[in-house]
Amino acid sequence: MGLFILRRLGVMLLTALCLTFVVFWLTNLYPNLEKLAKTQGNFRMSDEAVASYLGKNGYLQPLPVKFGQWIGVLPGWTVEDDGVVTGKCFAAGTPEEERPRFCGVLQGDWGFSTVFKDDVGSIVATRLGLTGKLMFFVMIVMVPMALIVGVLAGMREGSKLDRSLSTFSIASTATPEYVSGVIFIAVFASSAFGLKWFKGSATSAMESVTFENFTLPVITIALYGMGYIARMTRASMTEVMTAQYIRTARLKGVKFSDIVLKHALRNALIAPFTVIMLQFPWLLNGVVIVETLFNYKGFGWLLVQAASNNDIELLLAVSVVSVIVVLVTQLISDIGYVYLNPRIRIA
Amino acid sequence: MEDLSWGGILARMFIQLGPVWISLIVLFTVSMTYKRRLGLYGKLFDSTIGMIGFGLVMFWVFVGVYGGPLDMLVTHDPLSQISGMKNKVPGTPMRGAEEGEYAYFLLGGDNLARDVFSRLIKGAWVVVQIAPVATLFAFVVGITLGLPAGYYGGRLDTLLSFLANLILAFPVILLFYLLVTPEIVLTGIPNYMALFLFVFPLIFVCILLNSRYYTQPAVRTPLLIGVLGGLGWLYLSLVSTNGAVVATPNYTIPGLPPFLDLFDIDPGILVVFVSVVFVNSPTVFRSVRGLAMDI
Repeated sequence: MGLFILRRLGVMLLTALCLTFVVFWLTNLYPNLEKLAKTQGNFRMSDEAVASYLGKNGYLQPLPVKFGQWIGVLPGWTVEDDGVVTGKCFAAGTPEEERPRFCGVLQGDWGFSTVFKDDVGSIVATRLGLTGKLMFFVMIVMVPMALIVGVLAGMREGSKLDRSLSTFSIASTATPEYVSGVIFIAVFASSAFGLKWFKGSATSAMESVTFENFTLPVITIALYGMGYIARMTRASMTEVMTAQYIRTARLKGVKFSDIVLKHALRNALIAPFTVIMLQFPWLLNGVVIVETLFNYKGFGWLLVQAASNNDIELLLAVSVVSVIVVLVTQLISDIGYVYLNPRIRIA
Repeated sequence: MEDLSWGGILARMFIQLGPVWISLIVLFTVSMTYKRRLGLYGKLFDSTIGMIGFGLVMFWVFVGVYGGPLDMLVTHDPLSQISGMKNKVPGTPMRGAEEGEYAYFLLGGDNLARDVFSRLIKGAWVVVQIAPVATLFAFVVGITLGLPAGYYGGRLDTLLSFLANLILAFPVILLFYLLVTPEIVLTGIPNYMALFLFVFPLIFVCILLNSRYYTQPAVRTPLLIGVLGGLGWLYLSLVSTNGAVVATPNYTIPGLPPFLDLFDIDPGILVVFVSVVFVNSPTVFRSVRGLAMDI
């Protein structure tokens, strides 16, 4: 088991390295750099001014060198301009002996965001915290609801209850967040229907979460993810309910509620566990849409800002975080599957 | 003029979509009448859920086809901005409507004062163009790479699986953000991706025909030459626009000359198409690889 986890961690590191290189390459294409220079300077810059801006800030070095500097295995660039020395790792007025040579991810320096004029590390940390809060509430709402709906639908396949719950869960997965979010705002937060129960903006939820300002974003993400998990739970529940040992239990005269709760439930929950874990990466997409829609300035909002302004170092940090989220959840789902399923555990 | 009521809007939309309803009714009556003679397709009409689903799909296909190339259904030009119509609610009368122009914005105006109803219909055509073909391409790419990976295993499998996981680990929304921008289109990356991805159907068909007629070289050789020639021409006219395969401000790679070029693809649609294929093929690859290993 230890070797398995170690190998997976190695692959994870390699994947993160490759992915960041791809992001690095895409953001460092010349047209993108030109856009960056123009948003930093002004939009009427001449081609020469763009080139000199990029040269001064070290953007015109060869790609592998820049990537090495970002990781922190190559010394950061320095430029001498009219006797003033500036560099990647220090500001203009730093005395010579205090200038560090390396500053990259390995040294714990995630770089400097060109949009927010702040350290990338601290920005990502705060935004990630906010999104963590959102995700926590989504999970609290989504997982129990999905499991209950799935188990209720799956315990008597083909019944009226099953039909109506299945229709509900299909409809909720088939409605993307940008549709359901807009509908929720129109119905529950605007004057269109006169029901001003909740707030259409979650900005105030960044400081203090209340029922009023956080319900709509949480419900929007939870409903979308819920349907899928409920479908999976229903499928595995129906499969379990047709198994031999359930029939035996019924023939012995065990109460139906006991059959469901004691005999079927545990076996039926193995498959949904993997699905729930694999939902995390998908929730990341939902987070981007919902946070933009409800103006909740979390990780998804950060991604949008970084991507639309070609903020290279911020984008790299964002992609590292999301890759790690994806791969860690995959790892957990694999390990959890082994522990939940005795057939694999013993073999 | 006054704003239309919701009933009025729905009625007018119903009338505007008239050709779609007629086609749907014709399609369903013909299919229901001859359903016993239509094989698998006819079986669809034995199930209510099947019919509802088929109806939904065909509704959008008809809307797309009539609204897109045939230019029916739309009430206004989807791109022209009309002053005074910015962010108007559905059913607002068009300001300064002249004789022969449609007098209302049925679903209102967007924030650039364009008619939402017409844009919806034109958008349906883009989806109808991209979605089925992109899915088909994703399947072809996934199958062509997944079968050998599952069958041979070893290093090939390790490499391909790593690449597939790499794409899967990428947050889809970030990938789209990075790929579908005018700056990326300028660098010609979508064209390179198209060059690479569109080869796979050729390889796929080639392997398919070769394995079927391998024992009859007299049939196989001329068949393969003919089919590959035709597909190769299609491939070249697909990837080349204005006589160039890749055209960036700095350099061009020459492709098929314009007089041989059958059709051109709008670069905006191409980049979306290529990205969708690129993102979806790893999923297909994984399932095909798993199936091949099982068998």
